[in-house]
Amino acid sequence: MKRKLNSQKIAPYVFVLPFVILFGMFFVYAIGNMIVMSFQSVNIGDIHFIKFENYRMLFSNSSFPIAIRNSITYTILTLIVLIPFPMLFAVMLNSKSMRGSDFFRGILFLPLLCSIVVAGFTFRFLFNETNASLVNAFIVNVLGGDIIPWTRLRWPAMSLLVILATWRWTGINIVYFLSGLNSIPVELYEACDMDGANAWQRLRCLTIPLLKPTLIYVLTISIYGGLAMFVESQMIWAGKSSPNNIGLTIVGFIYQNGISQGNLGLASATGFLLLIVVLAINLAQLKLSGALDRENN
Amino acid sequence: MTKARSSTRKPGEKRVTTVSLVLFFCFLAFIFLIPFIAILLTSFKDSSTIIRNGFNLQISPETFTLENYPYLFTGDHDYFRWFGNSLFVTITQTVLTLLVSAWVGFGFAFYKFKGKNLLFVCVLIEMMIPFEILMLPMYREIVSLKLTNHFIGIMLPYLAHPMAIFFFRQYLQSLPKEILDAGRIDGCSEYGIFFRLIMPIMKPAFAAMAIYVGMYSWNNYLWPLLVLSDSKKFTLPIGLTSLLGPYGNNYTLLVSGAVMSVLPIMILFYLAQRFFIEGMSTGSVKG
Repeated sequence: MKRKLNSQKIAPYVFVLPFVILFGMFFVYAIGNMIVMSFQSVNIGDIHFIKFENYRMLFSNSSFPIAIRNSITYTILTLIVLIPFPMLFAVMLNSKSMRGSDFFRGILFLPLLCSIVVAGFTFRFLFNETNASLVNAFIVNVLGGDIIPWTRLRWPAMSLLVILATWRWTGINIVYFLSGLNSIPVELYEACDMDGANAWQRLRCLTIPLLKPTLIYVLTISIYGGLAMFVESQMIWAGKSSPNNIGLTIVGFIYQNGISQGNLGLASATGFLLLIVVLAINLAQLKLSGALDRENN
Repeated sequence: MTKARSSTRKPGEKRVTTVSLVLFFCFLAFIFLIPFIAILLTSFKDSSTIIRNGFNLQISPETFTLENYPYLFTGDHDYFRWFGNSLFVTITQTVLTLLVSAWVGFGFAFYKFKGKNLLFVCVLIEMMIPFEILMLPMYREIVSLKLTNHFIGIMLPYLAHPMAIFFFRQYLQSLPKEILDAGRIDGCSEYGIFFRLIMPIMKPAFAAMAIYVGMYSWNNYLWPLLVLSDSKKFTLPIGLTSLLGPYGNNYTLLVSGAVMSVLPIMILFYLAQRFFIEGMSTGSVKG
């Protein structure tokens, strides 16, 4: 038995076994269970199939479109901010004239060390609806405006969430782009300089095309992060539901229905739809990077 | 001609570029540090000031108090129980996850076997599905396994962490395959090779992943929130939010406790910045 276990044929399976078991238990089974539940009415002691009833209820639910709208708006806004700016900052940090890049990269990275809980309530208090909180004090005293009720109106609330995301993710995206930049051979830049290209031409014709793999990666994780956003909004509204659902996201909708109200069927149906969307994005990403590989060869 | 022009143009212009770049990043760094400065300053204010004013960068003798920290360390509350729980979960989860994931990663990196590619695609797929989508069925499984309110319930689902497996596989693939043969000649079993030959040379990879998993575990909120309901078992992030809840408005403990929860990571970051950045940017490593 012992010798058999040690054979080079069996050993690799023993090595990957823990992954197979946990993947089966908490991924395959979980997804299967979610799909099944999405066609069931799930109550304690009473579970029965109700066909597409959950999906029908989902699409007639008035807060579901709001959740989708919020998640998509949030995702798009974070993409607009969190891709071009970190890329630009990375190029600037990487430039030969820059001093102390590692130091500044470290500082911009710091927010990621802070748990979302601490970050969330810190931002809530920084944007408090009094003229003494940092942001409103700045608006009133320096800009001469009125206090903005950040957590009560739709667009201020959305901006607050995007500002929070910007604070947290700028640093890591800079790191991604920096590692992408460092993989570009120096010779290419030298060749570029010899051809007399200016900084803008160099950026447009050399840096951005060669950063494409990094760009696709950052784009994908930003979309996932955006669509899966929930804890941020839970922290901003301290676990209560937001006025007119201005802070409700798709995952928030799943949590609200599945955990708080125990409507597992409806929540599972939502989860399954979200899963399909994410898988589609996944496929698109693979296709994008696959096409890229063919170009390179 | 271009060469001549650029060399006459360079020195002065270069200095201007450097100065403006550095100034710009000083400004940016200041903006990014504001929340940290604000929470640190607020931890020296009393509760009513915090509720009335929120966070800002002002500090005045009237609102200044040193009482929050003595209260944090000696007051009658569960803060250090939560801190201890978090420390326990973080350390255990990190050690176990690294071990299990390195074990699996070694299998992927050094052996050829049937179904390997399919299994590795599974690793990649798991890496790409956000946890939030699956939290509900996963929670149901933890309930039926009777693991709620147990720390193992928090750790179990991601012990074979796809990101860590991916990272270790990448790292190990760069090593020469001859190690395996050398070990076999010396009479090691396949598993002995892993423990005696492979693990010692994985130290840098372990360091980077320890940071990644440790940070994730220390700051993890949503999953422990589902698994834990007994306040004696709370980890720090959940304990802190419970202070914000309807039954407690213990803002001074919240703020000083938050400072105390960020501090250990800040110190670690200062000491091992390289490993942090390497560990946290794992995903973008190209396969």
